[in-house]
Amino acid sequence: MTELGQNIQLDTTGQLRHFLSIEGLDKELLTRIMDTAESFAGVANQPVKKVPLLRGKTIVNLFFENSTRTRATFEIAAKRLSADVLNINIETSATSKGESLLDTIRNLEAMYVDMFVIRHGDSGAPFFIAQHVAPHVSVISAGDGRHSHPTQAMLDMFTIRRHKESFESLRVAIVGDILHSRVARSQILALNTLGAAEVRVIAPRTLLPTNTEFLGVEVFHCMETGLKDVDVIIMLRLQKERMRGALLPSEHEYYSGFGLTEQRLKFAHPDAIVMHPGPINRGVEIESRVADGNASVILEQVSNGIAIRMAVMTMAMHSKSRELS
Amino acid sequence: MTEPTMDIIKIADQLAQSVDLMMNQRQVVNPLMIGIHTGGAWVAKMLYERLGFVEPLGTLDISFYRDDFSQIGVNPEVKPSSLPFEVEERDILLIDDVLYTGRTIRAALNEIFDYGRPGRVFLGVLIERDGRQVPVQADCVGTRVDLKANQRIKLSGPEPLELRTYTFDN
Amino acid sequence: MSSPRLVITGGRFIDPANNIDKEESVYIAKGQIVSVGRAPEGFHADREIKVPGHVVCPGLIDLWARVREPGLEHKATIASEVTAAVSAGITTLCCPPDTLPVIDTPAVAELIKDRADRIGKCRILPIGALTRNLNGEELSEMRALKSAGCIGVTNALSPVFNSLILRRAMEYATSFDMLVIVRPEDHWLRDQGVVHEGTVATRLGLPGIPEAAETVAVAQVLALVEQTGARVHFAQLSCGRAVEMIANAQQRDLQVSADVSAHQLHLTELDLTDYDATFRVLPPLRSSNDRIRLCKGIADGTIAAICSDHQPHEEGAKLNAFESAEAGMSTLETLLPLTLRLVDSGCVSMSHAIAGLTSRPAEILGLEIGQLAPGTVADLCIFDPQHSWIPSPDNWQSRGLNTPFFGQKMQGRVTHTLVAGRIVYELSN
Repeated sequence: MTELGQNIQLDTTGQLRHFLSIEGLDKELLTRIMDTAESFAGVANQPVKKVPLLRGKTIVNLFFENSTRTRATFEIAAKRLSADVLNINIETSATSKGESLLDTIRNLEAMYVDMFVIRHGDSGAPFFIAQHVAPHVSVISAGDGRHSHPTQAMLDMFTIRRHKESFESLRVAIVGDILHSRVARSQILALNTLGAAEVRVIAPRTLLPTNTEFLGVEVFHCMETGLKDVDVIIMLRLQKERMRGALLPSEHEYYSGFGLTEQRLKFAHPDAIVMHPGPINRGVEIESRVADGNASVILEQVSNGIAIRMAVMTMAMHSKSRELS
Repeated sequence: MTEPTMDIIKIADQLAQSVDLMMNQRQVVNPLMIGIHTGGAWVAKMLYERLGFVEPLGTLDISFYRDDFSQIGVNPEVKPSSLPFEVEERDILLIDDVLYTGRTIRAALNEIFDYGRPGRVFLGVLIERDGRQVPVQADCVGTRVDLKANQRIKLSGPEPLELRTYTFDN
Repeated sequence: MSSPRLVITGGRFIDPANNIDKEESVYIAKGQIVSVGRAPEGFHADREIKVPGHVVCPGLIDLWARVREPGLEHKATIASEVTAAVSAGITTLCCPPDTLPVIDTPAVAELIKDRADRIGKCRILPIGALTRNLNGEELSEMRALKSAGCIGVTNALSPVFNSLILRRAMEYATSFDMLVIVRPEDHWLRDQGVVHEGTVATRLGLPGIPEAAETVAVAQVLALVEQTGARVHFAQLSCGRAVEMIANAQQRDLQVSADVSAHQLHLTELDLTDYDATFRVLPPLRSSNDRIRLCKGIADGTIAAICSDHQPHEEGAKLNAFESAEAGMSTLETLLPLTLRLVDSGCVSMSHAIAGLTSRPAEILGLEIGQLAPGTVADLCIFDPQHSWIPSPDNWQSRGLNTPFFGQKMQGRVTHTLVAGRIVYELSN
């Protein structure tokens, strides 16, 4: 069994060419992404927030799923690198008879696009696109189905790294709808690759995928035991559709069993940080006081997101194989 | 293979004198000094102390403006540039350690102009050597050296500051 | 076209229905088997087909293969697919009713049969719809469909939500001794699933189809078989648990049979590494344990037949992200070599394997085909079990190129196919 993504994400010299999934990337590369992001983090604080690294390059944000936030951060990141940005939103429905995915890509490539940032409802869609683009084009995943959201995972790791000494002794708990979460899958992979001591998931059974332990986590159905002594708490967003799909009875019951309250936060390590990929549902996943409290680094995650995306776009745009083609 | 170091203090003094002379000749009043990371920043600090400037010292990291970025990739250890003043209409004294191809200075000028529109920009370097690849010239020089194509001269530091010449065999 | 007098010599004659497996000559005239072994008196062959080292067996019967006509001609046509079928040794194929329009009227059934007969290669036996338009609500005119040549009825992949209607449909079918073919799948448990619900689905983030989706449906149908006495054939099993349930039912003398598609005997969820939509199939490729149990099911007879589940697609159907791609593989031409792999691995004997493609499908259909006793129609398949070949778009006959087996060595190649004593396919060197 080949490792998904390993061959196609890296060019012949092991540099990042596409960024589709944390799977298949080693600790050294993930660390390099974070180090590179560190250098871009300073750019946001300067009066001139632009650097000319990607001047003259065209980046297309191709979003098949609605997302103002993620698209906005990719757009800001690209513009800070002086690239030209094109935003395309394609609403797909089950019975859509529009242009095929491959035709959409081909038409955009004909306009001399250098990079695609793709968000798609089908797991594996960015991977499929990466297999069919021209040699000089890079693909960055902004999230696919339930599979992967690698830039989110990296900005989360980057945020953790800024607050905690090392990953080796870290205990992390991820709470919420793991089953449908591409963010959680990528976070779990990244944490395990970076050597986190313990990765836990806390959720009712209906929100966990089959064979969850296979992902490299310990499963808890109780917040109080699951949060004990953890250093990082990552809350996931609960979508309203879960009630309609008979996965949960009500938001109220979810909050009473799995909401992060100040009371529950006390079970964690006193220096624990609270994270959330956003947007947060106050009173459903998390108590307002915790979301706005001292332990919360939620807003910092957003600005870190820009630095990480700048890093990933720059690294992918300038991989060696592009020079050879 | 390296050769013996040159006398840095003496060369720095020569550069300071050269700057002083130029400022008189060109009527440069109250310039802003900017040193280019890393070597230029060390030299700028030495000059700053000798010439007694008042305004804060600026430093520039030109990594994001280099023209060979696509060959060498992102350097993860970039430090942010620090220009704690307005460049608009001001006279700038740009300082670097070695003027060789001129590409570093080209990148530095690009970066400075992204911050605003300076009045005049003067260039002062510790060492000027041959080998220009873009039309850049220094206004003030500590000393000139003649090197062969397979030789490089490099300032190392910060303690102690040393100039060394390297010869490559190929 | 008059059929010549033929004699086939030197081959290993395997006729599982009549328990024969030895080197024998076969004599054919007027489209029928005249004699096996001994030359009939005064027989002069127009042509002698010498096939030393080859296997001579009844033409293969494929219980479930789509030819895409009427309605889906952009994918394939009867003409293209019967050509592929006979190149693969298949002389009779059964096509499911999910065409456009659905095979729920005699007209559509006759159209398909007639077109196949006119082309004169592989025979096509249509399977009629269990409910009108496969809507799962109203019974189809099964009596009329039987008269038009349908050999059974099925609701294919469309759900029959209402168990009362399923019961009635099964009872009605028994009035006319119509075989009910069920592709067991509970619509609700299947939900949005596209792959087997297991570790691979979790890793790839793809929605899963639990094993229970199949076993719940099997349990429901078995209970209704007990209630109604209907004759039911389970099509394309995918999980070991379902095999066990059916074995159990057979032990209790329920009239149930089952088949499995050839690719399910060799592929599992572990082959889904790269989101390659070529592996997108329904039922999904399941775990290694399921695959092993399916092979054992063939060996112990619980699963009587092997079919192709042939689904040719145009290129665009598969060139998409996994979930959005259409399901199905183009499998006529790998039916025989994949079945022969079971013989090579020692799972079953050659005769047992051939039976799964000939006599046992015939038994399930209740037809007197799939055998070569004197007086029967001369539908034959001759193949060289030693001939290895590599499938590629260049030597592929079907219009559908959606197979994961391109570039993979296949052992066993058909050299001659005869339908009613006529050579409809001959491998050119």
